Amino acid sequence: MSGANDPYDPKQVAALSPEALDDAVSAAQKAFAAAGDLEALAVVRPAHLGDRGPVLLARRELGALPPAARSDAGKRVNAARQAVQEAYEARLAELEAERDARVLAEERVDVTLPWDRIPRGARHPLTTLTDRIADIFVGMGYEVADGPELEAEWLNFDALNIGRDHPARTMMDTFFVAPEDSGLVLRTHTSPVQARTMLSRTPPIYVVAPGRVYRTDELDATHTPVFHQVEGLAVDRGLTMAHLRGTLDHLARSLFGAEAITRWRPSYFPFTEPSAEFDVWFPEHRDGPRWVEWGGCGMVNPRVLIACGIDPEEFSGFAFGVGIERALQFRSGVGDMRDIVEGDVRFTRSFGVDQ
Amino acid sequence: MRVPIGWLAEYVDVPGGTSVEDLDTAFVRLGLEVEEIHRPEQVTGPLVVGKVLEIEELTGFKKPIRYTRVDVGEGQPRGIVCGAQNFAVSDTVVVALPGAVLPGGFEIAARTTYDHVSDGMICSVRELGVGDDHAGILVLGADGGDLPLPGTPAAPVVGLDDVVIELAVTPDRGYCLSMRGIAREMGTGLAAEWRDPGAITPPAWSGEPAWDVSVADPDRCDRFSMVAMEGLDPTAPTPWWLRRRLAQASVRSISLAVDVTNYVMLELGQPMHAFDRDAVTGPITVRLAREGEKLTTLDGVTRSLTPDDLLITDETGPIGLAAVMGGASTEIGNGTTSVLLEAAHWEPTGVARTARRHRLPSEAAKRFERGVDPEMTVVALARAAELLAEYGGARVVGAVVDVDTRTPRPPIALDAAKPARVAGVPYTAAQVVEFLGAVGCDVDASGNPLAVTPPSWRPDLTDPADLIEEVVRLAGYDDIPSVLPTAPPGRGLTDVQRRRRSVGRTLAEAGYVEAPSYPFVGTAALDALGLAEDDPRRQVVVVRNPLSEEEPGLRTTLLPGLLATLSRNLSRGQRDLALFEHGAVFPGGNRAPAPLPGVDSRPDDATLAALLGAVPEQPWHVAVALAGNREPRGWWGQGRPATWADAVQAARLVAAASGVELTVRAGELPPWHPGRCAELVVGETVVGHAGELHPRVCAALELPARTSVMELDLDALPVAEVPIGPSISSFPPVLLDLALVVADAVPSAEVEAALREGAGELLEAVRLFDVYTGPPVPEGSRSLAFAVTLRAPDRTLTSDEATAVRDAAVAAAARRTGAELRA
Repeated sequence: MSGANDPYDPKQVAALSPEALDDAVSAAQKAFAAAGDLEALAVVRPAHLGDRGPVLLARRELGALPPAARSDAGKRVNAARQAVQEAYEARLAELEAERDARVLAEERVDVTLPWDRIPRGARHPLTTLTDRIADIFVGMGYEVADGPELEAEWLNFDALNIGRDHPARTMMDTFFVAPEDSGLVLRTHTSPVQARTMLSRTPPIYVVAPGRVYRTDELDATHTPVFHQVEGLAVDRGLTMAHLRGTLDHLARSLFGAEAITRWRPSYFPFTEPSAEFDVWFPEHRDGPRWVEWGGCGMVNPRVLIACGIDPEEFSGFAFGVGIERALQFRSGVGDMRDIVEGDVRFTRSFGVDQ
Repeated sequence: MRVPIGWLAEYVDVPGGTSVEDLDTAFVRLGLEVEEIHRPEQVTGPLVVGKVLEIEELTGFKKPIRYTRVDVGEGQPRGIVCGAQNFAVSDTVVVALPGAVLPGGFEIAARTTYDHVSDGMICSVRELGVGDDHAGILVLGADGGDLPLPGTPAAPVVGLDDVVIELAVTPDRGYCLSMRGIAREMGTGLAAEWRDPGAITPPAWSGEPAWDVSVADPDRCDRFSMVAMEGLDPTAPTPWWLRRRLAQASVRSISLAVDVTNYVMLELGQPMHAFDRDAVTGPITVRLAREGEKLTTLDGVTRSLTPDDLLITDETGPIGLAAVMGGASTEIGNGTTSVLLEAAHWEPTGVARTARRHRLPSEAAKRFERGVDPEMTVVALARAAELLAEYGGARVVGAVVDVDTRTPRPPIALDAAKPARVAGVPYTAAQVVEFLGAVGCDVDASGNPLAVTPPSWRPDLTDPADLIEEVVRLAGYDDIPSVLPTAPPGRGLTDVQRRRRSVGRTLAEAGYVEAPSYPFVGTAALDALGLAEDDPRRQVVVVRNPLSEEEPGLRTTLLPGLLATLSRNLSRGQRDLALFEHGAVFPGGNRAPAPLPGVDSRPDDATLAALLGAVPEQPWHVAVALAGNREPRGWWGQGRPATWADAVQAARLVAAASGVELTVRAGELPPWHPGRCAELVVGETVVGHAGELHPRVCAALELPARTSVMELDLDALPVAEVPIGPSISSFPPVLLDLALVVADAVPSAEVEAALREGAGELLEAVRLFDVYTGPPVPEGSRSLAFAVTLRAPDRTLTSDEATAVRDAAVAAAARRTGAELRA
């Protein structure tokens, strides 16, 4: 090291010579590159970037230079320092990346391991399908009406133009309730909700009534004594069979796809006149596209309107009913009714919470 | 109604090239639902008509055997062994020759049997697959009849090429329970020429009326007709063609006289009855039964009659249950040579009542209930008389009896524009008149409204709406356009409807599987639950005609059905189960009967209130059942068995989904374990219970030990209040852990409530996080550890403030529950 007051020739201050600085830089680069991990890098760092590192030591010599020489030498020193620093940071980044990669690799898990600590539950497809149908009608402005399963005989039959001795009454396979004069039955259809609605509201009426109904059939692959229907009723001025068809077509499309339409066959229900049974064109049927029998419909019989206190000269109405089990059977390809009613969790789970 | 196409073609000129499928479509378009198409059984190979030339009775065998020589049109007769005895020389029969294959794959070959070569088989009706009769072989007829020659292919003769279409006829279309009605419909449906088999002009029978007849109750019988016939050959067989048609219609052949009345019923739709004339004593009266009268009907059952049953009587008393079934005392027998044929028109609802009361849904009753053409009585008598004369040698004696008190039907006024307004299809007035004419209506179109008189065979057409339906039906439902109406804005689901959905979804998300079950229960299921004799859940609504005598009641609790489903799943190999069900239950008890008001107008308010009030409340319950592990074992470790606590938690989930605060306290109620039963309380109301099943209940139902259940009345939960959003403090909380030692009997909920009360407004949350027993906690006590969060809305709490709150909380717990702060 030179004394401060020594006469000075920059070429004679060896530490500041370009060669010396280049050597210092390349020594640092080599040392950093040789450091195999972050610990080794930390160990060699002070020798090149610390206070005792050659570049910093060289910087101290700058003061010894005459002012004219300082500028040049200063630039050289700074460049060298920056080169060392960059070499260090580059290596540091490299080693950190290597370490991170190693740690993450070590933390690798088997993401396919199951974690079904709370097993999945499910709602019954009859429930979710019923909700879905109700929602389609709610979307059209209908309201959802409820009625009791244990129902007044008058509402289940008489009010619907099914007189005491009407053959249709016998054909309904009704569960009767004791005592004999109770006047109660297990409702054979959701149609009494029609009567309840018309007795309690004034037109315009647009309601759907989903629910459970009963017939004295034995359980087999295609029948169940306890099943579900959705009933629809509209009473307003000027309603026609065309409106009924429009409504059923909309329901069919909403539930079974854009291509679904309905086909009607003349039929008979005492509470509608004219009456029809209807089929739906179901393109996705598991045995190929086809017509599937689905429900009954018709214009509300004026006699029913009268029994419920609605003037048939002013108002007309349409009504329809569809079977939920039936819809579930063909929509989801369920071959055996017993699978729907037995409550086997394997069946129900396959439908999930909201399908 | 079973419609043989061959028979139909006698009346309808079915256009050439019409396939069975075309007929199917035409029926459906007319509103006659095709239930099934019965195609004849497959017979291949030679099946021919044969004529019996010789019969040799073989002896020495266990049963009588015949060796016959039969002419099958081959020049040489064939030798055939036959076990039947019901035929004679010269009879015409059906022979399956070697090489024929009969229904069921029965191959015919020449073979040696009973020491003779049998070169074919003489067939019975059942062997041919055209009926069930197997009492003997099929005899097409005896010598001299109009019979096909030997060697004629027999398949068309016996009806093996005749397809039968089975229709489901709706109750308004009684006239379609006859070939006459079907022919009319198909004539219209196929736009084909057709002939009315009922268009018969009865002969002008002369002489004394056949019998002395009076009708005492013309309201129930507005037409009663009879003829008498003598000289019937009681041994005359029913001709094969007629038997075949009865078989195709699934009607059993009995005797010529009975078969003819049944045939005429199928043909014309007019049920008839044949009395043994010699067994009828004195004048016939049609009248209502008297109290205590009895009648033995043709089926051999002696029936106690009620004053609503209409009878045909003679001097001896009842001889027939009008419109439903004849009496045994005047039944046609093996020696009957003289008959009284009866055809009448009965009032439908009375017939329905009698048929239902006596559980006799006979073919006759079925038709009368649905309405029979009153014009047909004498026509049917003429048709039957013709057949009995031709095949039984009988002749009509005397004149017809015809007690006819009918009144003319008034015309129905129909606005010609109304069908268009109902259907939304612009029918013209001319179309309306045309379609009504096709139905058979007499339409006076000189003004509007039209005056429409329906035909005699359509008693169902009473209202303008009925006529409108006929117009739309014949025009075709396919013409109706599709127009979506605009409903007024709706209010969406009600709170109750939203809650039911929310509860179901919440339980499903929590791992429960919905399992709806039938709501039928029996005493055994309630016994298994260990319910006391006076438990209100034993007060069930009883079904008078249950599917199973073991389960005649309606559920008052969801548990029997849910536990049965649990058992079913366990028996199918499931181990870890969490099920839920929600649905109506049906509390029993005595109630006033529901009134049955008229339907000519809206019931008055009082009647309507009584009607609606007589229908019991049917509360909507929700229940869960758990068995096995709630959390399965896995690579994370052991499984966690489902416990009482899961059942209680399910109730909390339901309450939360309903937006209602639930209080849980110790309870005691069967079927729960007395020490592990939670009473679920909302406000002051007990809404349900949850916990572990009583061990005896698990044993009785063969359920795994510790099976746990919850049931609550969802309808008992009040409507959720609109939630008020809390103000959220952004100041830091003070977190404290408190361990309190209390006696075992003190419920943790009470300790927690005391802490809340004592801590006051600065308490943000308190949560039990540990329960500890064992040293150093004294015997009979336990340590409850709570994590407490304190926070002020407007400032950072000082440690002095926090300590004060903590001390107050602990003091409250000490005061109310005897809790001591654990050191």
